[in-house]
Amino acid sequence: MVMNFLKRFYVYILFVFLYAPIVVLMVLSFNNSRLRGSWDGFTLRWYIELFQDRQILTSLYYTIAVAVLSSAIATIIGTAAAIGIHNLHGFKKNLIMNVTYIPVLNPDIVTGVALMILFIFLRLRLGFLTMLLAHITFNIPYVILSVLPKLKQLNNNLYEAALDLGATPWYALQKVIIPQIMPGILTGFLFAFTLSIDDFVISFFTTGSGVSNLSITVFSMARRGVNPKINALSTLMFLTVLILLIIVNLRMSKDKNGKGGGNGKNKEISLGARDSSGGGGGLLRI
Amino acid sequence: MKKATLSPYILWSSLFIIVPLLLVVYYSVTIETPEGIELSLENFKKFFEPIYLKVLWRSIILALISTVICLILGYPAALILAGKSFKRSNTLIMLFMLPMWMNFLLRTYAWLTLLEKNGLVNMIFQAIGLQPLNILYTETAVILGMVYNFLPFMVLPIYSVVSKIDRSIIEAAEDLGANSLIVFLRIILPLSIPGVVSGITMVFMPAVTTFVISRLLGGGQFMLIGNLIEQQFLFVGDWGFGSAISVVMILVILVSIGFMSRFENEEQGGRLW
Repeated sequence: MVMNFLKRFYVYILFVFLYAPIVVLMVLSFNNSRLRGSWDGFTLRWYIELFQDRQILTSLYYTIAVAVLSSAIATIIGTAAAIGIHNLHGFKKNLIMNVTYIPVLNPDIVTGVALMILFIFLRLRLGFLTMLLAHITFNIPYVILSVLPKLKQLNNNLYEAALDLGATPWYALQKVIIPQIMPGILTGFLFAFTLSIDDFVISFFTTGSGVSNLSITVFSMARRGVNPKINALSTLMFLTVLILLIIVNLRMSKDKNGKGGGNGKNKEISLGARDSSGGGGGLLRI
Repeated sequence: MKKATLSPYILWSSLFIIVPLLLVVYYSVTIETPEGIELSLENFKKFFEPIYLKVLWRSIILALISTVICLILGYPAALILAGKSFKRSNTLIMLFMLPMWMNFLLRTYAWLTLLEKNGLVNMIFQAIGLQPLNILYTETAVILGMVYNFLPFMVLPIYSVVSKIDRSIIEAAEDLGANSLIVFLRIILPLSIPGVVSGITMVFMPAVTTFVISRLLGGGQFMLIGNLIEQQFLFVGDWGFGSAISVVMILVILVSIGFMSRFENEEQGGRLW
């Protein structure tokens, strides 16, 4: 009994350690005082100031624009690639899968500087376009990894049946394959969207000339010390990414339970979602 | 048609994945001289100067310390969660994963608010009559930030391996007279090793490559290898040297993955990526 109590107590202490900083940040975003230590009453002042801050609004615009465009383009290229990869065998398949894992395994900072070198080498001006290209690049692997398990579950005979009945390959793809792998495509899209909204390190190296996303704005504000506006912004960003990720993960667990075949891959991605690390980068684009 | 669907990706990945890495390698092994570009290992030689080796050393040490702390804190937590102490351990595991999904930058920033001079931690310390704690902008704060950010990466792989251990093996051992210490040492511990290995990898890798935690919580004075790369590219403009450090970083990562994969047991499924 005592042992059981100690065990629970230990786990709860860890939860306090994990959640306290986030909760404090959220509470302070409603604090009327600039001094973080004292509570001066409830206010929405920081939220109002937040929505009047031009720099923040511009970076919000860029964040959303890059996220929408990069995840849409990555979904198209990634889905097409997954269909192609699914039909490959042996050495070629291994080679392409290994290349696909490079952005997942490489530290974010290396991916970031490598892309920066490429863009400067190609004489592209660092800004919106280069950030978009970088985001598409790191998003594609996650789309591929979401779609491939769905293709593995697919019954190949259906596609052949469609061809036998006179469908052109393109028509069969549209009417037979795409509808069946749709859940994987949507999951991949949402995944890519979330990663894009969340990215800091790679964006930091691949943008320039006044174009920055929310993470970069937070970073440059945080370097100058604590600012109640960032608390408000953080609270909103926490909630947005949280809601998106809950949707993605509910979808994934539904896929897994529903069709029984989601194999390990789905879980791998959902657990390896971030850090990020980042990177946090690190390995998983954690 | 099947080839056609793949070709945009092949083009894309060659241009944006392969070529950039080749460029990094190219810049790392060349230097600019008045006569033109020359093949040279000068950049790597520079990295082996004491001042830069110290940075590499510090990064590895801080990452190792954080990994060990995560292991000490996380291993018992994973065992408890996999055990029978809680009725809804699935929900609890979800709660462990949640902070991991939140923006890494914001999680680090949250500690900045807590640790600063008139932040909450010092307020509480003063209220209960303790000395104010001035750990912001020290190595301690950097380690704290790493442990905070990466602890779930340690808990989850260990949990997923331990929770898959066949109960009947443990029951068999108990029937044969093993006490709980022996059960732990002879059964649970050996079977949990694949999870521990991937936990260590998942904490060590991002910790050794971070430049955000050290910048925000270390205040720029505790330069890690990530900060060094950032500085070379964004402020100094020495691409050759920056690329050489990146190559070293990739090598460190590859060596660690290779080292760790020797301990991995494919069937245990301790891997998370």
